[in-house]
Amino acid sequence: MVTIKFFASLREYLGRTEDRLVLDETLTVADVWERVSAGRPVPNRTLVAVNMEYAQFNQEVADGDEVAFFPPVTGGGH
Amino acid sequence: MRAQPFDPWQELARHEDVLRVQHHGAYGAAVVFVGSTRDVTDGESVHTLVLEHYPGMTEHHLEVITHEAMVRWALVDALVFHRYGELSPNDPIVLVAAWSAHRAAAFAACRYLIEELKSRAPFWKRESLPAGPRWVTHNTPG
Repeated sequence: MVTIKFFASLREYLGRTEDRLVLDETLTVADVWERVSAGRPVPNRTLVAVNMEYAQFNQEVADGDEVAFFPPVTGGGH
Repeated sequence: MRAQPFDPWQELARHEDVLRVQHHGAYGAAVVFVGSTRDVTDGESVHTLVLEHYPGMTEHHLEVITHEAMVRWALVDALVFHRYGELSPNDPIVLVAAWSAHRAAAFAACRYLIEELKSRAPFWKRESLPAGPRWVTHNTPG
């Protein structure tokens, strides 16, 4: 089982905060997106984290991983 | 990480009290950055700002960035406070401070901490404008 989280504008884009996926074959982050987004395009500049570390879309996902999709970060002051 | 408003100057005073005891005489320089909520962005007035974060990943990356600065500049100490939740204009968003033996390291480390935080720590700003809410999509140049 893989947990998938969506934050900020990505959450609104897909209309949910979280999803789960049973790993029945080897999947990359890009494959995970494909499955949970019903084929919707990845918005420009989307970032991804696997187990809370920044990752690439071609990274392979393992059982138990937490995958998160979110837009560019905008914390801090001005 | 704070869900409620905080006073950066009070937090600093509290932290200095501890440092004075733990690192008595070790630091000759402290550099502080405080970032606050503005009431205007791109010419439009902002009523409130909501700061979203990724519980767990945000804390983790703040710790990593702080550790990097501590090691790179051999700091005596470093402090990072960040708000999340709903903020009003003038509310402090972030407090970053670095203590070192000499000023060059403290200035460089403070700059590093805030710039790395802005580009790596998962926070997202959503502004309430007269025309409706809007996600902030990019950081302003420092």
